[in-house]
Amino acid sequence: MMRIRFWGTRGSLPVALTASGVRDKVITALRAADGKSFASDADLETFVDGLGQTVAGSYGGHTSCVEIESGGSDYVLCDLGTGVRPFGQKALARHGAAAPQTYHVFMSHVHWDHIMGFPFFTPAYIPGNRIRIYGGHEELEQAFRRQQAAPSFPVDFEALGADIEFVHLHPGRQYDIAGLQVNLMLQRHAGDSFGYRFSAGSRSVIYTTDSEHTLEDAKETGIYVNFFRDADLVIFDAMYSLADTISVKADWGHSSNIVGVELCQLAGARQLCLFHHEPIHGDAAIERILAETRRYEEITRSGQPLLVTAAYDGMEIEL
Amino acid sequence: MDFSSQRFVDVVVAVPVGQIDHPNAESLKQALAPILDATVPPIGALVLDFSRVTYISSMGLRVLLVAAKQMRACNARIAIASLQPVVGEIFAIARFNHVLEVFTDVRTALEHVSGPALAAFDAAAA
Repeated sequence: MMRIRFWGTRGSLPVALTASGVRDKVITALRAADGKSFASDADLETFVDGLGQTVAGSYGGHTSCVEIESGGSDYVLCDLGTGVRPFGQKALARHGAAAPQTYHVFMSHVHWDHIMGFPFFTPAYIPGNRIRIYGGHEELEQAFRRQQAAPSFPVDFEALGADIEFVHLHPGRQYDIAGLQVNLMLQRHAGDSFGYRFSAGSRSVIYTTDSEHTLEDAKETGIYVNFFRDADLVIFDAMYSLADTISVKADWGHSSNIVGVELCQLAGARQLCLFHHEPIHGDAAIERILAETRRYEEITRSGQPLLVTAAYDGMEIEL
Repeated sequence: MDFSSQRFVDVVVAVPVGQIDHPNAESLKQALAPILDATVPPIGALVLDFSRVTYISSMGLRVLLVAAKQMRACNARIAIASLQPVVGEIFAIARFNHVLEVFTDVRTALEHVSGPALAAFDAAAA
């Protein structure tokens, strides 16, 4: 069994729900409740849960950070966007500061939104903790040290108390780390990025963000399809519309919901999770994109159905 | 993939037929190439009659947008006409209705791109 927990799902820049956004949700909820009565708190909660993510919740605004649980005692994360801050608080609350933990982090790349949470990852300041940061980039360590150097941040990397090690990984090799089989794949993004395939037992999950999948080159498409083959879950950068990725945002290094569906269908994957949401999109826009993506999957389905979901901060998927 | 085209003064009306999936996208690209490369006499617009297109994939849509870029670089226009409902849905999901001119039928498209071509089209239909 694997459990995927999303701590940050937003692309490029963290965002916050605005006052007007909250007001809109309250108005929508009150309209939906008009004329109804609730005999108990449980009835009220059932009603609220039925309002959906857009009204009763939010897709959230932390940048990329995804946790993978597969039964081991060590923690496994993908990327260190701002979502790692609440993850760190949760881990500390669970274990306390006196109980050392080991954290394995797989980096897609070192662009700002994927590393900006690390200076606020409290376990990094606590001696005894072990943090292993893996990635395909030669400049992995440099990027983390630089973002904490003056004048950008008041606490230098050297002040971090945890035992921190950077480990360089190579595409084409398989690694066994924290009970997971790990493979990585070079992706199309400014300065390169790496996608990961994590397997445990019969379950597998693909983490492919900040990657411009075009399907333009049949050979390249075949390599991605093989990497995605029969995955239980594909966490996919669906930041832009297809039209944007081919026109004004071509070569910006991101993909679309349409290409996500097509790649997953070619690979026989079971679930596509839209990820790295465009920061200008509010909850309603993401909900609409999710509905449209499900419709596109329905239109193009020829074999087994592909489950389509959209990641939100706090979401859990069990495989 | 079946493909035919007809010239009306300064406009070419092209009619692809069937599914423009990944394999057929290349066929569409090759079929459009001589039209897009036509310089003598130059065309002012390309109207794609999609009335017989039943599906289009991301690769097919990419071919359309690349064609549009090529046309626009020559100050020419590209228009899509007569989308079947499902293909219209795909255009909307992919946001292609925001980057390409889409019309209900070929005649309406010609009204917008060329008066002389419209007259020739009407004369041919009479």
